[in-house]
Amino acid sequence: MTTVRSYGQRPNPYPGKLFIVEGIDGSGKSTQLTLLAQWLRSEGHLVVFSEWNSSPVVSSTTSRGKKRQLLTPLTFSLIHATDFSDRIERDIIPALKAGAIVLADRYVYTAFARDVARGVDRAWVRSLYRFATLPTLALYFRVPLDVALYRILSGRPKLKWYEAGMDMGLHTDVTESYKLFQGSIQEEYEHIVGEYGLAVMDATRPVEVQQRALRELIAPYLVGETPGPLGPDSPVLVQPDHPARVEASR
Amino acid sequence: MRRFESYGTGIPRVRLDDLSGWLIVIEGTDGVGRTTHINKLRTHLERLGYAVAETGLTRSDLASRGIRSAKLGNTLGSKAFNLFYATDFADRLEQQIVPALRSGFVMLTDRYVYSLIARAIVRGAEPDWIKQVFSFALKPDATFYLRIGVDELVPRVLSDGGGFDYWESGMDLPMGDDLYDSFMNYQRRIIQELDTLAREYAFQTIDATLKVDEISRDLCDRVADVLAQRPKPLSKV
Repeated sequence: MTTVRSYGQRPNPYPGKLFIVEGIDGSGKSTQLTLLAQWLRSEGHLVVFSEWNSSPVVSSTTSRGKKRQLLTPLTFSLIHATDFSDRIERDIIPALKAGAIVLADRYVYTAFARDVARGVDRAWVRSLYRFATLPTLALYFRVPLDVALYRILSGRPKLKWYEAGMDMGLHTDVTESYKLFQGSIQEEYEHIVGEYGLAVMDATRPVEVQQRALRELIAPYLVGETPGPLGPDSPVLVQPDHPARVEASR
Repeated sequence: MRRFESYGTGIPRVRLDDLSGWLIVIEGTDGVGRTTHINKLRTHLERLGYAVAETGLTRSDLASRGIRSAKLGNTLGSKAFNLFYATDFADRLEQQIVPALRSGFVMLTDRYVYSLIARAIVRGAEPDWIKQVFSFALKPDATFYLRIGVDELVPRVLSDGGGFDYWESGMDLPMGDDLYDSFMNYQRRIIQELDTLAREYAFQTIDATLKVDEISRDLCDRVADVLAQRPKPLSKV
């Protein structure tokens, strides 16, 4: 058998920049990414957002699989890879070629952590995603499980079946199953942080403190970046009442 | 002795040591007569007393609708299509093939990972990548390759009434100015890839230009040989 190349060998050859956030649900990564997007736009950059699980053609199958609990560790892994490959081909790469800043809420590391926690082979899943471009910077939002759990449950009534790892038969109680399953996901994330050099954010700190730290981390990558076609004075970008705008103008 | 193994590290959280039965693959391009031969083979094997189950591409509960609707509009990239087919295959492997083998059935599969690998390679996938993607597949007991040249294929495809299918002509690429040109170029490349895979995975090649009855007799004999050579192990105590 030939040696198979793995994920991590395709640096971004395009003019655009790719920043990605990772972490379990409730880590606050999406909030931080949204605030970052507002700041970058207010600075005049062309920003494109890309979310996990958002390919229009594939997502109906994913939600069908989730709703009917048809997904196994293998099909869960493959349907998410299908979705991701569609997004990278149709959204991410073209935007990077166009010189945009692409912000991705979850990237391949989500699959590496979740799928391996479900028993999928580590090397196989890394090979599956080997077509993916390496991000300019990847951030991992580290948060204790109980904090994440509290944040999730204050936003919606209950945990989801697959999020709690109920398909794994770890525990009959949803909360207990969640803790066991997400705990092993976190362990995988910790491996990944070292393996691929993710920057770690302390996700227990106040939102605005994290956002400041995030902007400081991103800033060096934007040096010499020419702002996109929409300048800071462009009327669509004037949002004087928005907190992010205030934050940015400080 | 373990009857089945996968090409790679197995199927996550699926036991393979309790599988018996037989996994028989029929490969070949579109219009080569696979369906006809599978029907005849099934009847023959049932007459011999074997329980027979069947599966084929895009027949999964999970992904068949999604793939069908994705094919209606050419809106999915080729990599995503490859992985969508892999999802469909994985679902059928876990929900149809493995359970049938566990129950001691003869599983006849109308095309297997090889066709999917060939299609992906023709659409630009790196061969070692797509093979690694499909490495969870079980190694079949035998693969019979109904082989035909593209020139003999054309009259069959036309006389079937179906004509040139958009996808079977590689029109998503496309590989020619019109359906005919693209079909010729696409199927030529597919056959070329299947020929390569035939050597790599030791297919038994059958000349599909022969008379239907001749092929059918040959195929039934060969499958019967496979079943006789690898008898089902007695169930463990």
